[in-house]
Parts: sequence; C-alpha cells; structure tokens
Amino acid sequence: MSPTFHVPTAVVVAGAMVLLGLGLWAAGRGRRRGFLSTVDRVTYSTLHTASLASRHLADGLTPESASAAGKHLLAILGATSVAVCDSAGLLSWTGPGDHHAGEAHDHAAATRTSGAPTVLGSDVITCADPDCPIRAAVTAPLLADEKVVGTLTAYAPTASAGLARATGELARWVSAELDVAELGRARTRAMEAELRALRAQISPHFIYNSLGAIASFVRTDPERARELLLEFADFTRYALRQGGPFTTLAEELRNVERYLVLEQARFGERLQVSLLVAPEVLPVRVPYLAVQPLVENAVRHGLASKEGVGHVTITASDQGSEAEISVDDDGVGASPESVQRILDGQSRADSVGLGNVDARLRQVYGDEFGLVVETAVGAGTKVSFRVPKYAPGVHSD
Amino acid sequence: MSDTLSVLAVALVCVTTVVVGGLGLRLSRRTSDFYVAGRTVSPRLNASAISGEYLSAASFLGVAGLIYDQGVDLLWLPVGYTLGYLVLLVMVAAPMRRSGAYTLPDFAEARLGSVLVRRLAAVLVVAIGWMYLVPQFQGAALALALVTGAPQWVGSLLVAVVVAVAVGAGGMRSITFVQAMQYWIKLTCLAVPAFVLLALWMRSGGGVPTVREGWWEPFAARSPDDHPYYRTFSMMLALCLGTMGLPHVLVRFYTNPDGVAARRTTVSVVALLGVFYLWPPVYAVLGRLHLPSLPEGVRSDTIVIQLPGRVVDGVGGDVLTAMLAGGAFAALLSTASGLAMSVTGVLHQEFLRPRLARLTGGDAFGFGGFRLAAVGAVVVPFVVARFVEQIGIATTVGFAFSLAAATFAPLLILGVWWRRLSRAGAVAGLIFGSVASTAAAVTTYFGGPLGGWGEALLANPAAWCTPLAFASAVVVSLATPGSVPRDTGRLMVRLHTPERVHLARSRVPD
Repeated sequence: MSPTFHVPTAVVVAGAMVLLGLGLWAAGRGRRRGFLSTVDRVTYSTLHTASLASRHLADGLTPESASAAGKHLLAILGATSVAVCDSAGLLSWTGPGDHHAGEAHDHAAATRTSGAPTVLGSDVITCADPDCPIRAAVTAPLLADEKVVGTLTAYAPTASAGLARATGELARWVSAELDVAELGRARTRAMEAELRALRAQISPHFIYNSLGAIASFVRTDPERARELLLEFADFTRYALRQGGPFTTLAEELRNVERYLVLEQARFGERLQVSLLVAPEVLPVRVPYLAVQPLVENAVRHGLASKEGVGHVTITASDQGSEAEISVDDDGVGASPESVQRILDGQSRADSVGLGNVDARLRQVYGDEFGLVVETAVGAGTKVSFRVPKYAPGVHSD
Repeated sequence: MSDTLSVLAVALVCVTTVVVGGLGLRLSRRTSDFYVAGRTVSPRLNASAISGEYLSAASFLGVAGLIYDQGVDLLWLPVGYTLGYLVLLVMVAAPMRRSGAYTLPDFAEARLGSVLVRRLAAVLVVAIGWMYLVPQFQGAALALALVTGAPQWVGSLLVAVVVAVAVGAGGMRSITFVQAMQYWIKLTCLAVPAFVLLALWMRSGGGVPTVREGWWEPFAARSPDDHPYYRTFSMMLALCLGTMGLPHVLVRFYTNPDGVAARRTTVSVVALLGVFYLWPPVYAVLGRLHLPSLPEGVRSDTIVIQLPGRVVDGVGGDVLTAMLAGGAFAALLSTASGLAMSVTGVLHQEFLRPRLARLTGGDAFGFGGFRLAAVGAVVVPFVVARFVEQIGIATTVGFAFSLAAATFAPLLILGVWWRRLSRAGAVAGLIFGSVASTAAAVTTYFGGPLGGWGEALLANPAAWCTPLAFASAVVVSLATPGSVPRDTGRLMVRLHTPERVHLARSRVPD
C-alpha cells in the first residue's frame, strides 16, 4: 500500500482542530468564571495568595523567606507596607517608604516584650516627607511554641480597626505556618538522629559472635584469624564512619561482603551466599547502611534458627531509571502480620533495623520506594527495594 | 541462497541481543571471589558499549551511501560524528558524571532546581529520541527488503518488536555487555567484507572509478545554489555539539564510577569510532568502481549491502552479503534499543508514573507502567516511519543532531561552565533553540524548494539556531539575575572538583 499524504489538506485539518480546541477551551474558561460570585472569587484569590506565601514560609524565618513571602502578605493585608522582624533585627521591608525600614525594629519593640499587638499612631511615626503614606503601624507577634520569635508590622496612612484585626489574624496564620516549618525540621532532625542510632546499632550479638569465631581460629589458623580481624576493623570503621547520609551501592556491597566473610567464619559451610549484581547499578547512590541490615536480618532470622544449609541471595538489577536490590533467604520465614508490625514500628522485636531502613527510604525517595517484604512461615523471605538512579539532593560526598 | 543466509544472520543477531540481554545478570559469583570494585564497568568496556550504541544505521549504511552519491565531501560526516565526542570529553564528560544525573532532565533539575526546565528537557529528549528512531526503523525496512525481498513493513516491525520486548522485559538487564558486543559485531561485519573486497581489488590490478567532476573535492558545490562551506560548517557544528545532547549517550556515562573514568571512556570512544569510520569510504569508492550507476528507484543507502554480491560470485558473495545484513541489523538494534530505553525511561518517569499513580491512588509501583511506556516509545516512531515518506537516513539523523545542538548544548555547556545561568535563561535557550530548528526542519520537509541562501539556511539550521539559543540563554540570564539558583556555587564546586580531592567540611562559625 502506498500512503497518500496530501499536505494542504493535512494543514487545513490540523488548523481546524487547533481552532476548535482553542474555542472549546475559551468557552469552558468563560463558563467557569460565570459560576463564581464576587465573594467566592475574593475568597479564592486570598487563599491562593496565602498558599503562595506559605510555600516561602516553609524555610522558617529568614531574610530570604521573609522578603519572598512579604509581597504576598502585603497583598492580603491591603496595607501600604509590611515589615517582618525577628528578635535581632529587620528581616524584610515590602512596599514604599523604605526610609522607615531602619525604625521598624524599634516600632515592634513593645510587642516583642509583651507579646500583645500594638497600634502606633502618627505621634510615634513621624516623617519629614509630607507625601509619605506611612503614618500609622499595627504590629502583631509571630509566635512559635508560645514564644515570640518575630513580629509582623503593617504600615498605613491611618490605623483602622480592620487593619488591626487583619494584621492580628495574619500574624496568627504565619505563626501556624512557622510551626509547621519547625515540625518539618524536627522530623528531619529525628530522622538524622535515627540514622545515627542505626549507625551505632551494630548488633551486640554480631560483635560477640564475630570475636568468638575469630578467637577459635587464633591457634589453629593464625593467618585466617588475622584476616578476619582486619575485616572486622574495616567493617566497624564503615559502620561507625562520619559523613554524608548517602554512599554508592558499590561501597555498601563491599561492606556487606565484609560482613558475610565474618558470618561465614562462624557458620562455615552452613551459610551459602550468591551475589547477582549488574555492574551498571554499582555507581547508584543509596542511603548509607541500607543493604547491610537486610542481609543481617536474612542471616539471623532466616538461617540461624534453621537446621542444615541456608542460602542467601543478594541481587542488584538494572531497571532503566531505577535499580532494584533484593535479599533472598530460604530460611524459616515469618508471618506477614509480624513483618507488618515491624515495618509499622509497633514491634520492638530485634528486627535489625528493617523498619528503620524502610522509614529512611520513604523519607528520601517518597512512599512508593519503601521496602517490599515477601514472606510466609516456612517459605523463606525476600526483602527488596528500588532506588531511582537520580533523585534531587541525593549525592554521596 | 543469499536470502536464507541473510535471514539466518539477521535472526542470529536478534536472538543474541535478546538472549545476552536477558541472561547477562547470571554471571554470578560466590562471596569468596566477589570483589565489587573489580566488577565496576571498566572504561574500555563502557567505551565499546557507547560506540556500539552510537553507531547506527546512519553510520553503517548511510555514510557510505552519501559518499557514493555526493563525493568525498561527505567524509566530513564521520569526522563530525567522532569530533562530537572530543567536544563531549573537553566540555562536559567529567562534570556531568560528578553531577550524578542519569538523564538530561535529571541534569536540568540538579543544576537549576526547576520543574519547568525539567519538563522541557523531558519533552525534548522524547522528541529527539523519536526523531532518531524513525530513520532506524526505515533503515531496517530497507535492509531486510533488500536482502530477502520481504515487504517494507516487515523489517521495521521486526526491529520494533525485538526492541520493545528487550526493553519491556526487564530494561535490558545487562545492556552494557550487549552494546559492547554489538560494537564488535558491527566492526567485524563491516571490516571483514571490506578486506575481502580490497584484496580482490588489489589482485585485479587496482583501477580508479570514473566519477563526475567534483566527486574527489572536499568542498564541492552540488548545484549552483549550494553553499558548500556554509553547509559543511553548519553540519560540523550540529555534530560537534549535538552528540552531548543525544539521550542514549549520556545514560551510558552514568555507568562510569567517577569523572576520571568518564574522561578515559570518552578517549577510548574516539579511538573506537575512528577505527570504525575507516571502512564506509572503502565501500563508497569501490561502489563507484563496480556499480557506476544505480537502477531507478534504488537508494544509495543500499550500496554497502549490494556491493559484495556484485564483486564476489557464488557462496562467497552470499556469505559477505549476509554478514553485512547482520551487521546492519546489529547497528539498528543497538541504537534503537538504546534510544527506546532512554525514551521509555523519560516517558515513564515524567509523564506516565505520575498519571498512573493518580489513577490507581498511589498504588502504581511495579513494572507495568514501564512496559506501557516501552510500547509507547516504540509504536510512535514505528507509525511515523511507516507513513512518512522516506528521506535519506543521514538527513533525518542530521536534524536530530541539529535539534540536540540547539537545545541541550547551550543547557549543558552553560550549565557546566557559567555560574550566572538562570532558570529563565535556560528556558529561553531551550525554547528558542527548539522552535527555530523544528521550524527549519518542518519547512525543509514540507515546503517546496526555496532556492538560494534561504534553502541552505533551512536545510542546515545548526549554524544559526545554536548561536541563537546560546545568545537567548545568555541575554535572558543576565536580565534575570533573580532566578539564578541559590546554591549554584556549591553545585559548581561539586561538578568541577576531582574525586580524589576531599573537600574539607568546614563550617562558618556562627
């Protein structure tokens, strides 16, 4: 068959489609407008402006965030100018009359000490310029944790009751946003603390067992004992290192390898390990100590309580823009409910950090990148997770 | 006889691709001899893989065909294809690797922290990928139809299916091994018949082809309206700067463990490409000698495959033809699968996953979406390749390079070397570059012959589109200093500091 392609027809048809689409779009837009009353529209636009401001306030109270949020706050208040101060000084001045910017911190002094809103009239705010619109100021406190961390001052030609009310309400809203920002930071700090905790949480069983195994070689095979001790030293150095929260998969697997050498000294032929690693994923960055706890879990819970030989398989595969890492054992398994409890953090059973790894993966990459555990009693366990090869803000240095 | 052998060769290449792709991961080891460091992809292996992926049908069939058709003037083409890697080496290879970006949209986001730039880059990656895939499918149709007499659509469909299966089945598990192998297949399949043909030529006492005037000149005008110097300059610029913007090239650099390995890889790539490009001119010159004129309706792209059958009689000729057909298919498959992989990744990550996640209520993880994206990545160019009139393989590839040079080259070069690039500037560069070069391509393709300088400018747009994109990016960046990302300084330090230098973690005292 020979396709016939008549260019002018195609152009006309495409043009007509585009026009039709544009027409429908415009009609739809017009109709949507028509459903809104004026009050609704004002409400929505205020909410929209507030959402724009809240995006900047998520960084906390800094000169950058204050000046970025300032213009939206000014739009909501309808005042002439807005000043944001913290306890040390002025953070931002938005609007005309910035020759008053130097005095703004002093204007807010009363609110800062008392925590109550203050209204200053033209008796306090004087200006040599007769055209200057800044004649009155309303200051409201910005609170975080019940303490005054800053002030919001609205300047206008006169201090109306409406402005005072609006400033007070807006300051309360900003305070709530600052609390949310503080909550986010607290969560990050908690996560960091948890990471530090995991770092120190090389299980005592492992140290005891490794040293025991090494001791048993000291006389019979001193050379091997020496090698094992060196592996042990390297392992602890990695596990206790100070540095960024990310490392490459190659580094992480090298540490898993040290760990397995030590475990094999103890279990001997009972522990069989296979590694299936696609070389393409070795440079991928993963959270530090993300794989080792899974392997330790497989060895301890999958094999230690089982008779005979146990196999652990570690797989790292390339899946386009993601890498998948999974740890498989043919041990005793567990009931899905108990695993669920461990991942939810409800169980204090010695699960060697499964829940922690899960939480950190979710925090860094989002909820769809958590641990996936496939297990049943007597059926072995497979724990796997995926990491994107690139995620903003994730780099190992 | 020739048919059977060729079909066998093509089938062999297809099966090897799928099998090695699927089984490469099985090269497993026990802990006792497992050392991760020894298993990272060495620069040389990675260079073979990059070359394997890069040498497409345009190189295997197109270059020889163009030289045959238009003279040694077109030797600039392989020069440019190789030179692109030199520019990549000098300008972006190592900093790019240090940025940690896996795809071009990733780099855009890492450098500028802007979702808009990321989206634009994603759209352009898909556009360039599809533009580059269309001639691959057309080349497949051509090669298979020529050696087996199969209808045109069979070859395209075969490549489309093999690529979709290979990508969708598991993202080509060991793509580096597959692509590295493809390079050596291609080189063997092109060089061995060339040696045989050259030996026969020597034995028959040489002989110089009779060609039209100007065939031997490096800057020959093809028509009174042709501007050979401008055309060559523009083409070289497109190839030099376009290479870094090809989606499937950058992805492979991610496999390097660090910036130094990235540079070493690039040097090896230049050498490997240089060796490969020795051979297409041999086919072009011998083609002129043995096939002074092609029958009506036969495209010059077929010269490589036709030549052995014309020179060597009997089984020998059939074997050589089969080798070349297999090599051409290897070229098509490796480039097409690399491109399809990149396009699939971007389609899935940028467009499909967010939508699927919304549709299924955040429950859309797994591999289904990726497979869907793989099908989409292959079907669109397949359909376009079927219903768009065939133009020369190298011409379409040339437009893909022009588009890449006018969009990603400014983003990458300014992004790596200029601290004052702002978000607005990057957006301006991408939009100006893409609109200008797309408009030029569309006018050339659909519009009639314009004649004169207008036609020359539109047929080779890189020489004005690329400076336009650079200029708009710079001017807009200077005009909008407010949208320069705040942590640019820190990022620049990370991009340009060699890995062996450990930056002191100093803290400014509070």
